[in-house]
Amino acid sequence: MVKKEDKGINGLAEFLASKILEALERHGELILEDVEIEVDELELIVQPGMIRQVIKAPPVEKILKLAEVRFEEPVMEWVGKVVEVKIGATKSEGGTRDRTLVVGGESLPPFYLFKGSMPHPPVIAMDVFDMKIKLPKSVRQHFEDVLNDPAEWARRCVEKYGAEIINLHLVSTDPYVKDTPPSEAAKVVEEVLQAVKVPLTIGGSGDPVKDVKVFKKVIDVAEGERVVLNSLNLDMKLEDIAEYLRNKDAVVIAFTPMDLDKARELNRKLYDYLPKERIMMDTNIAGIGYGLEYGFTVMERARLAALKGDADLQHPIVAGVTNAWAAREAWMKMDPYWGPKEIRGPIWETITGLATLLAGADYLMMMHPFSIKTLKDIISFFLRGEPTRSEDIYDWVSMKIG
Amino acid sequence: MPWKAVSPIEIYKLLPRTNCKKCGEENCMAFAVRLVNMETKLEKCTPLLEESKYNQNYEKLREILNPPVKEIEIRSDKRVVKIGGEYVMHRHELTYINPTPIAIDVDDTMSKEELIRRIDIAENFKYDYIGRSLTLDLIAVRSVSNDPEKFRKTVGFVASNTSFPLVLCSLNPRIIEAGLSAIPDGRPLVYALTKDNWQRIIELAKKYGVPVTIFSPGDLDTLVSLAKTALDNGVNDIALDPGTFVGRKGLGYTLNAFTMLRWKACNDDYKLAGFPLVGTPITAWKTVEGDSQTKMWWETVTAAMLIIRYADLLIMHSIEGWSLLPLVMLRFNIYTDPRKPVSVEPGLRIIGNPGELSPVMITGNFALTYYIVSGDIEAGKIDCYLLVVDTEGIAVECAVPGRKLLPENVAELLKSSGVEEKVKHRILIIPGKAARLAGDIEDATGWKVLVGPLDSKDIPKFIGEKWTPQIIEELSRS
Repeated sequence: MVKKEDKGINGLAEFLASKILEALERHGELILEDVEIEVDELELIVQPGMIRQVIKAPPVEKILKLAEVRFEEPVMEWVGKVVEVKIGATKSEGGTRDRTLVVGGESLPPFYLFKGSMPHPPVIAMDVFDMKIKLPKSVRQHFEDVLNDPAEWARRCVEKYGAEIINLHLVSTDPYVKDTPPSEAAKVVEEVLQAVKVPLTIGGSGDPVKDVKVFKKVIDVAEGERVVLNSLNLDMKLEDIAEYLRNKDAVVIAFTPMDLDKARELNRKLYDYLPKERIMMDTNIAGIGYGLEYGFTVMERARLAALKGDADLQHPIVAGVTNAWAAREAWMKMDPYWGPKEIRGPIWETITGLATLLAGADYLMMMHPFSIKTLKDIISFFLRGEPTRSEDIYDWVSMKIG
Repeated sequence: MPWKAVSPIEIYKLLPRTNCKKCGEENCMAFAVRLVNMETKLEKCTPLLEESKYNQNYEKLREILNPPVKEIEIRSDKRVVKIGGEYVMHRHELTYINPTPIAIDVDDTMSKEELIRRIDIAENFKYDYIGRSLTLDLIAVRSVSNDPEKFRKTVGFVASNTSFPLVLCSLNPRIIEAGLSAIPDGRPLVYALTKDNWQRIIELAKKYGVPVTIFSPGDLDTLVSLAKTALDNGVNDIALDPGTFVGRKGLGYTLNAFTMLRWKACNDDYKLAGFPLVGTPITAWKTVEGDSQTKMWWETVTAAMLIIRYADLLIMHSIEGWSLLPLVMLRFNIYTDPRKPVSVEPGLRIIGNPGELSPVMITGNFALTYYIVSGDIEAGKIDCYLLVVDTEGIAVECAVPGRKLLPENVAELLKSSGVEEKVKHRILIIPGKAARLAGDIEDATGWKVLVGPLDSKDIPKFIGEKWTPQIIEELSRS
């Protein structure tokens, strides 16, 4: 109860006004409930200076509204397109494969799925060698009993590990290894073609002279299967091997060592003999810590150039992800803190493979079953992942782990 | 507009042109060249900052040279970590600037022993690679208890036990304020401002002068709306987190979101995307089904994806070596300046346990050459001395015709490395690609030269065939 009779009604009004202002200042608002004021005329005189004081709010109260803006989607235009290359031939196409694969066809940078679709997801091929070779233990343990039998090795890859394509490497044909003659190498190819029905890629030893002889022989026994030859390079007599392949149903991988000018040069030379749709290119990749950045950037530049219209680079890209195993960290015994090599190896191959996917690779050559499985999962998450639910992660900061 | 190289002349015209050398360069033109190569900072030109007549030029220069992705500093009293500051989408367009720092998390329900254990592992993480130490960068402190007092104490304890700058993580502004009050001298990164707490977090960011992360998982419209609100209210140091979804439910979304945001910043001059991006692979611990190894596996894979695709800071839970090692090496690779050949220190490398009859080989100091050659030698389990000759970071193949592999340098290195005292023989194996220098190297060094294979992968076979007692004997006699 306010008692201020002495100063009369004016005094009361003044007093009330000051109380109201005080309350306003403190609480921001004042609601008068059940108040009866019995006067003829009530004038509340509030000093201008005091008003300013009242409405001067702390800074936070100025932010009344959240700005509403839409995220503007990126604008981009790409004029080039990667050719589509078909691998393998089914019965109706003159071969004996149970499926064919198509790689390439992109008109957007790798996994720019916010701008459109990827016509053919990257494929992963599993490596098989034609002789027992040194393999890191964590890979070897999956193939220990088939290392001397490429056909069985290939069957293991397809039946147990779901390989969509086999990469047979005829390393024994190397003049400095076993110098296996082309005719024997061709027999191995026949055996593998019998053992598995997925498409096949056939690699030589890397000796430019011997590889030409081997490729000529194996392509004859693989007639009609639309196999891939891995690989042709600038050190080879292209007028010999490319000419020989002119009328064969085979795809080639054009290999160059991390050099875009050489990649263009080789492709241009091959155009004299082969249609573009029969050429993939391998610009070479190295594992994490062993030059990954060079291979990554050459691959990325090749793909971006292709999409910008460089017609000499519009080919699906092959990545030898297996090279990741050359890194010491992938196979060496290290201090226990770094973990067992059985997991370091697969993570090395997985991340190297992931890097090539993001740089533009269409065809990955890999070895470890778990790395391959992870990469397939990643590709499917990129392509067909379920929509996000923000509540799944919204409160991650306060989760209790362990 | 994608980032385009600025001409040094354009920069030079706006500099004082007094050649005062205060920036440490010989003259203003040299400074301009360093500026366009992103090798120095505009602020090193003190007259530009201090003299009012240059005000306008300074502003113009800032506009020209400022990166499309703002650079933000996170500090403790001992260290500074810079995030963002990027100019390009693809490293070959210039170079990436600030390698993605990795923050390791701790939380306020952990015991002091556990906090110390995790801090020590993070601080002591070190891997020597190409003569550099690869390390971790930050500690992220999370509030799990949702108790401000507990958080304040934990932040204080962590700060006094680490030199790393901190990221303070909670969606509750009261908790964030408690954390900030515990480290008055630091400049931690606040995580996070959201659609639910933005008013209070903006207030705190201003009061404490700290950078904040805006977190809007799965909703880019809200992300940029919050960014605009923060900027409109005077909070300029912000980072963006569009949400790191791991696995089937959203890995693709995350890849798209990071890629789109960076595209908008670098190519479309869209200011609201021009901030560092924060990735949180740690969410794998919440969303991935399975044992901790599985969660860690996907956390690692997601972190790798984000190092390649545009994250400027990562928050992780895993402190296992196998998880962090490939990430710090990948990060080093991706952030290496592609304009400069990566070289290793010239000198003697001892591989395995060589003795006085072990082979001595030479190679160039192009990093890739060196690593491939030494890797092949190690894989072949060969004990030897490898002399890395200074070829100015050029591969042997190019160094020979380019006259970068000089016989006199080889001779000098044989002496200075002390290898002459380590072996009894005087036979030097040179790369097959340097075969035509064999005679000159023999003349310059007085050693017998044995020409090695063209490709280092054949070194083990070569040594097996050519490094026999008879051949050593023969060569030593001739």
